[in-house]
Amino acid sequence: MTAQQSDMKLDGNAIGGLLREIFAMEMTTAQGTCANCGTVHMVGEVVVYLNAPGVVVRCPSCDYVQMKIVRGRDRYWMDMSGVRCLEFSV
Amino acid sequence: MARTAVLGRLEWQFGTVAELVMETPKVASLLLDVPDWMGHLAGQHVDVRVTADDGYQAERSYSISSPPEDSRLAITVERLDDGEVSPYLVGEVREGDKVELRGPIGGYFVWKGDDDRPVLLVAGGSGVAPLMAMIRHRAANHLKTPTRLLYSSRSYDDVIYRAELERLASAGDGLTVAHTLTRMHPPGWTGYARRIDSAMLAEVAWPKAQMPIVYVCGPTPMVESAANLLVDMGYDPRSVKTERFGATGG
Amino acid sequence: MSFISRGFRGKRRDTASSSRLPPGQYLVNDFPVLSAGPTPRIPVAEWSFVIEGEIDKPKSWTWDEFRKLPTEQVTKDIHCVTKWSKFDTGWTGVSVDTLMEGVETAAEYVVEFSYGGYTTNLPLEDVTGGKAWVAFEFDGQPLHPEHGGPARMLVPHLYFWKSAKWVRGLRLVNEDQPGFWEMNGYNNYGDPWREQRYWGD
Repeated sequence: MTAQQSDMKLDGNAIGGLLREIFAMEMTTAQGTCANCGTVHMVGEVVVYLNAPGVVVRCPSCDYVQMKIVRGRDRYWMDMSGVRCLEFSV
Repeated sequence: MARTAVLGRLEWQFGTVAELVMETPKVASLLLDVPDWMGHLAGQHVDVRVTADDGYQAERSYSISSPPEDSRLAITVERLDDGEVSPYLVGEVREGDKVELRGPIGGYFVWKGDDDRPVLLVAGGSGVAPLMAMIRHRAANHLKTPTRLLYSSRSYDDVIYRAELERLASAGDGLTVAHTLTRMHPPGWTGYARRIDSAMLAEVAWPKAQMPIVYVCGPTPMVESAANLLVDMGYDPRSVKTERFGATGG
Repeated sequence: MSFISRGFRGKRRDTASSSRLPPGQYLVNDFPVLSAGPTPRIPVAEWSFVIEGEIDKPKSWTWDEFRKLPTEQVTKDIHCVTKWSKFDTGWTGVSVDTLMEGVETAAEYVVEFSYGGYTTNLPLEDVTGGKAWVAFEFDGQPLHPEHGGPARMLVPHLYFWKSAKWVRGLRLVNEDQPGFWEMNGYNNYGDPWREQRYWGD
């Protein structure tokens, strides 16, 4: 992995604040089941690309796009179709 | 953790810079007074937002390096040469300035100290910041949790918290610190002098039979390499927690 | 927004009003890299470009075939939806008009698709008539992978997410097919001069 490639790749910790804004609770310990490969990963471990027109979250096992989050002027658009199931406690 | 710490949106709040500590030529800790700070756990971070006079804003995340016991909140920032926010925080900001922040954030990469499993901390560069919060939390509570830090830096002058780590490691209370310097080392250096590899981890890491928990933090390639090596050594992947610091603007 | 971080300037940017700068944009000196995934690494020996879909016979080019096509050197202003703009960027590429020569189609829309899975959609008329290129050089140098090399689309009259990096083909379609970002809040068309960033703009 080149330095530049790796610079772009972060993990779920990097969107802890964003997810808290959306879900109104701490989400990095939530467990997501990948809709593509079925592997369960804690949100803290998912692959995150932040410097795009939106946030892209990918499965650490199969690279499938799990979530896309776009922040507009006064709203969010969130696609979570790559997460079959999200488990979290309240 | 108090319910309010995990539920509800976080508001942006202001911290006032009470003190600036140059840890190394490129790294500074900002000690902040944050009124109504709700408290935090070692390992968590804050989002910092800076605003220019034309309204342009930039946001970055910084790990909290102070333990929950300290009254001041510390973030440790490395100034990146081509960074946008880090040269402002390390270079322009002075005592008395206000910094806008939101937190504490994170529930995955935290160590509370209420668990007696041995701890392995693996740090690359400024990735030592959240691990230092854990070490300081351990010291503040006189915990005896067997803890090992393997800390990779470019050179001796780049080792952040060097004197404090030496002092804490010589207390004989179960904390050991191993350094590796990857670019250059001083004459007479007896620590490691290469990138973290399996041989080094085999010497430093806890035997897997002791079911240790591991926290790895630093630049993405270093974190992935170390985490993969540990899993190859037989560590349960669920016991290896990672936090990647990208250079996304800095 | 009343709080200002004393002394913070950020990267050099110019918001001075200029008739060349679309609304809400600022000018930058560097060339920011935006990425939604790992950078594809495609050796040119394995690269190909296709035009497929609503077409009698799909057309395709290997890298060698592609590089034998007539090229153009163009200088364009580019505008990213994340608000940065760059003036006078220099590219070398093959015009989409050249690639579409002899193609007969009733399709009105096109999907750009890339190595790595990215897609973006536009009306066919927005990539023809001298408006779009498949670019393989930036500033006279081979296009770097982080900027979309071996080749990317260049469609400068729209926000730059409509210029797919690592492009591997164009699909001609009868019905508009929203792409990666268009399905997730970004404007279906993306005209920077009308500030069409998001749905509803």
